[in-house]
Amino acid sequence: MSVESLNLFPFDSSSLLVALPEIFLLSAIVVVLLLDLFLVKNFKQVTYYLTQVSLLITGLLAFDLIGHAETIIFSNSFILDDMASVFKVFMMGATMVAMVYSRHYLVQHSLFRGEFFVLVMLSVLGMMVMVSGYSLLTLYLGLEIMSLSLYTLIAIARQRAVAVEAALKYFVLGAISSGLLLYGMSMIYGISGGLNISDIAAFASNSDLSSREALIINFGLVFLVIGIAFKLGAVPFHNWVPDVYQGSPTAVTMFLSTVPKIAAVAMLVRILVDGLSAMQPYWSDLFMVLALLSIALGSVVALMQTNIKRMLAYSTISHIGFIMLGFTTGVVTGYGASVFYILVYVLMSLAAFGMIILLNKKGFEADLISDYKGLSKSSPWFALMMLVVMLSMAGVPPFIGFYSKFFILQQVVSAGFVTIAIIAVVFAVISAYYYLQIIKSMYFDEADKEATIFAPMDMQLVLSINAVLILVVGLFPDFWMKLALSLL
Amino acid sequence: MENIYLIIALSPLLGAILAGFFGSVLGRTATHTITILGVLVSTVLSLYVFNHHVLESGAVFNQNIYTWMQIGNLNVSVGFLIDNLTSVMLVVVSFVSLMVHIYTIGYMHDDDGYTKFFSYISLFTFSMFMLVMSNNFMQLFFGWEAVGLVSYLLIGFWHHKESAVEANLKAFLVNRVGDFGFLLGIALVLMYFGSLDYQEVFTNLGNATGVTILGGSSLITVVCLLLFVGAMGKSAQVPLHVWLPGSMEGPTPISALIHAATMVTAGIFMVSRMSPMFELSDMALTVVMIVGAITALFMGLLGIVQNDIKKVVAYSTLSQLGYMTVALGVSAYSVAIFHLMTHAFFKALLFLGAGSVIVAMHHEQDIRKMGGLRNKMPITYWTALIGTLALIGFPGFAGFYSKDMIIEAVHFSSLPYAGWVYYAVVAGVFITAFYSLRMFFLVFHGESRVDHHTAEHLHESAPSITFPLIALAIPSAVIGFLTIDPMLFNGWLDNAITVASSHVSMAELKHEFHGAASMIPHAFVTLPFWMMVGGIAAAWVFSLYRTQWADTIQKKFHRTNYVLESLYGFDRFNEIVFVNGIKKLGNLLWKVSDMGLIDNMVVNGSARLVGFIGRVVRPIQTGYIYHYAFFMIFSLLIILTWVLFAGDNPLLEL
Repeated sequence: MSVESLNLFPFDSSSLLVALPEIFLLSAIVVVLLLDLFLVKNFKQVTYYLTQVSLLITGLLAFDLIGHAETIIFSNSFILDDMASVFKVFMMGATMVAMVYSRHYLVQHSLFRGEFFVLVMLSVLGMMVMVSGYSLLTLYLGLEIMSLSLYTLIAIARQRAVAVEAALKYFVLGAISSGLLLYGMSMIYGISGGLNISDIAAFASNSDLSSREALIINFGLVFLVIGIAFKLGAVPFHNWVPDVYQGSPTAVTMFLSTVPKIAAVAMLVRILVDGLSAMQPYWSDLFMVLALLSIALGSVVALMQTNIKRMLAYSTISHIGFIMLGFTTGVVTGYGASVFYILVYVLMSLAAFGMIILLNKKGFEADLISDYKGLSKSSPWFALMMLVVMLSMAGVPPFIGFYSKFFILQQVVSAGFVTIAIIAVVFAVISAYYYLQIIKSMYFDEADKEATIFAPMDMQLVLSINAVLILVVGLFPDFWMKLALSLL
Repeated sequence: MENIYLIIALSPLLGAILAGFFGSVLGRTATHTITILGVLVSTVLSLYVFNHHVLESGAVFNQNIYTWMQIGNLNVSVGFLIDNLTSVMLVVVSFVSLMVHIYTIGYMHDDDGYTKFFSYISLFTFSMFMLVMSNNFMQLFFGWEAVGLVSYLLIGFWHHKESAVEANLKAFLVNRVGDFGFLLGIALVLMYFGSLDYQEVFTNLGNATGVTILGGSSLITVVCLLLFVGAMGKSAQVPLHVWLPGSMEGPTPISALIHAATMVTAGIFMVSRMSPMFELSDMALTVVMIVGAITALFMGLLGIVQNDIKKVVAYSTLSQLGYMTVALGVSAYSVAIFHLMTHAFFKALLFLGAGSVIVAMHHEQDIRKMGGLRNKMPITYWTALIGTLALIGFPGFAGFYSKDMIIEAVHFSSLPYAGWVYYAVVAGVFITAFYSLRMFFLVFHGESRVDHHTAEHLHESAPSITFPLIALAIPSAVIGFLTIDPMLFNGWLDNAITVASSHVSMAELKHEFHGAASMIPHAFVTLPFWMMVGGIAAAWVFSLYRTQWADTIQKKFHRTNYVLESLYGFDRFNEIVFVNGIKKLGNLLWKVSDMGLIDNMVVNGSARLVGFIGRVVRPIQTGYIYHYAFFMIFSLLIILTWVLFAGDNPLLEL
């Protein structure tokens, strides 16, 4: 046997450059983990700052790769394109913001440990692999790195029964969904004989596909969609969402509900849009059902929640419905609208959870809607910020949440699904009720207890910028929409 | 150049933002310095732009600056169209705004809302710039609404006064009526031309000439009339004029800036901008002309019976706006813009002069309680004299040229009813002279009727007030003489205005025109001049020579007087028909549709439905892992079954 054929992974050192952000982050994780072991108690803040710096540098490295020619390395299993780079930059930014908010929460609830930050970075690494995954294996690998870290993150509050329960639920159900996903992947692999997205795409678009082959691909497709739908939290695979959101420490819930969704959308784009676009008529029907169910259930059930984390869980489900709706259109502009939506959603969701954390005190979770009573009097500025966030989530112009919904609906209508669009709008109107309920609480109800804000200045500043961005981006949506479109 | 245009528009906005959000931190001096600097920058650059475009015949700038939204094929952009018309408007707006900014230092000196006021007027200036610089209907509408919003805020600036709140509500509602028409017009443009860009619409006008809608009426006519409804609201033409007198509840500087010189002329500007469209519809032009004539004549008449110094000037503004509208109607767009410009200067001057008097009189506005102020306030007196002479069209002053041209243009017009309109505008000259001089005599001449306490403190206003008066008096005197020739007859506005060859007024005017200087001796043999002299004489008789005659006539013609004093009953009509009618309609709808349909069926019904769904869904959310797992697997099963047996799925052929 010759040397060449032994060389299963032809290695070119320049290809390392393409994966530089991931490599850097991995090294940073190891360094932070080791360093954290030797830090005495009073210097634990160092871990936080190191994490932020690592994320920042990773983000900058990813930013530097924007515009890099599309490159596929590591035996066709890792891709670098603009979508990957831009998503990575966004993920780093969102994680950094989330860490700023989290620090306050962790300190207040005595959960400030180095492991938290290391686990967050680890799961971010997993998401980066997902975003750049170009074969079913890499995608699955990324997904598992991400998920395992997330399970552990939830359980970090191990003294609290609800948190452990949430972690366990998420773990068990997540394992089932991983199993389903893997099963789907094996079907696709079995029939097409390829693991790479391009191989699968070539096979699926083959016109003389026998109906037996088509059926197997279709079945595999269903399992894949379910695996992704579970991660996104779409109905009917949403059951874990409210329980996990409510049970997890708020800092983890915030992280859980934002950055991993970007990765899940990226995975969706890779597998379904890049890989199985030939099967688009099949999966888009499936998507439409899941999307409508999600929008409907998310909007209606949220009405009855008294816990704001639970309410936001259902609100997430309904947002995910809108995102999936964009993928049903089968045109690039529709996918672009979905990508735009997910980025907007992350921006809004961060601000919403940031507001919850802002009102946290020692041993007190401000997670009931009634905790917001009279906020406009005790803290008019943050009441205004919350108002912006809620109106944006409800989809009121000129906030960015309006445009994200608008672009989706516009695409859905121009794809000819007018009825679907009308149903989505009706439920969006219903969902406005629970967003407005919080505004009503803040502005029109008398406070029953004094709400003082203990959050540090950096958090207040970042949160303000976050909320103001919702307005500013809303005034200039065109640039971002163009950006989202250019990624596909 | 693009950057210069941007700076012109944005520097007042920056001032407004700084003054609005940080006014309390910056303090009064810093606030007014910043906002005045912002407008000063705009003024200087506007002059530069004027020089570039008008004097050096620079090329027209028409470009989109930023794409705000792209919806299908519709491109919604922020863009600038800078031609000579825009350049003239820029100079007028920025100069008057600058004067008003300076004047405000003195006028609002003791007001608590000092910084807020500066923020508003700078914001207004920005909005007005956006309106006149726009190259598309959307931005025009944005500016249109933005100036309306600031106007609303400023009319109600003293919101503790109930009359001020009523007035701003009235202005808001009446403008909604106008804007509704305007918006419909824009929508119609979008519908038929598929674009909101001026240039694209104008180049495609040819395809639209034959198009009819609504069972036979010409598309162009309908669009023009709808757009003109918008202009009627903003430029206060009968019957949508009722808000303008009420707007005098606001502080005087904004009456000068917004409700005399700039915002209310937006309608005039807009119609001039749309001249290629209006030229295609004689029907629309005739309506424009008649509405203008009615406004010019009948609103002037109301000025005679007013006793509030600001109300007199306000009715005079209405009447002059009527004149401009008449000029638009007879296709003399450049004359309308010319009058708009001269009017902006002398009317701002008159308002600011009135404000100066009001400050000196400790906010007494009734001219019957003034008199003999000439010696106490010499600067105000002389500047007001210049303003008044300009307004009544005394030969040589600015208003003389513009108003004379309007009257002559009507004279040459071939539109139906132009003959009647001619008499209306000539009669208007008498009326203008009468109410203007009546006010002037009552305020500055004759015996002092000022009460003893006020008289002791009566003195000339501060320099920040008198400086703008002087600065505005100069153009009020000479601007007409200087610019009539180039503006009307030597093509200053040619690249912005289209006149159809069948509308001969402008051509005839050019034929008759022999230079600005020769118009003065010629004036003494024309009818309008003697109408004016008659008006002055009548004013002198009734307000100085035989004051008791006014009362006698009022008693003798008490019916006419009643009609005038009740302002032709427009307010009462609106009250009875619209306010009460809508209240009744609202009541009915409230009972039937709100309480019955919406509350009972939709709201409570949907709440019941939601509750039902909740009861159904809740058992699913048990919290048990095995339930969830079962639910997932069960859903998977359903989906697989569906995929297998779906209707058009070829897989069933297996």
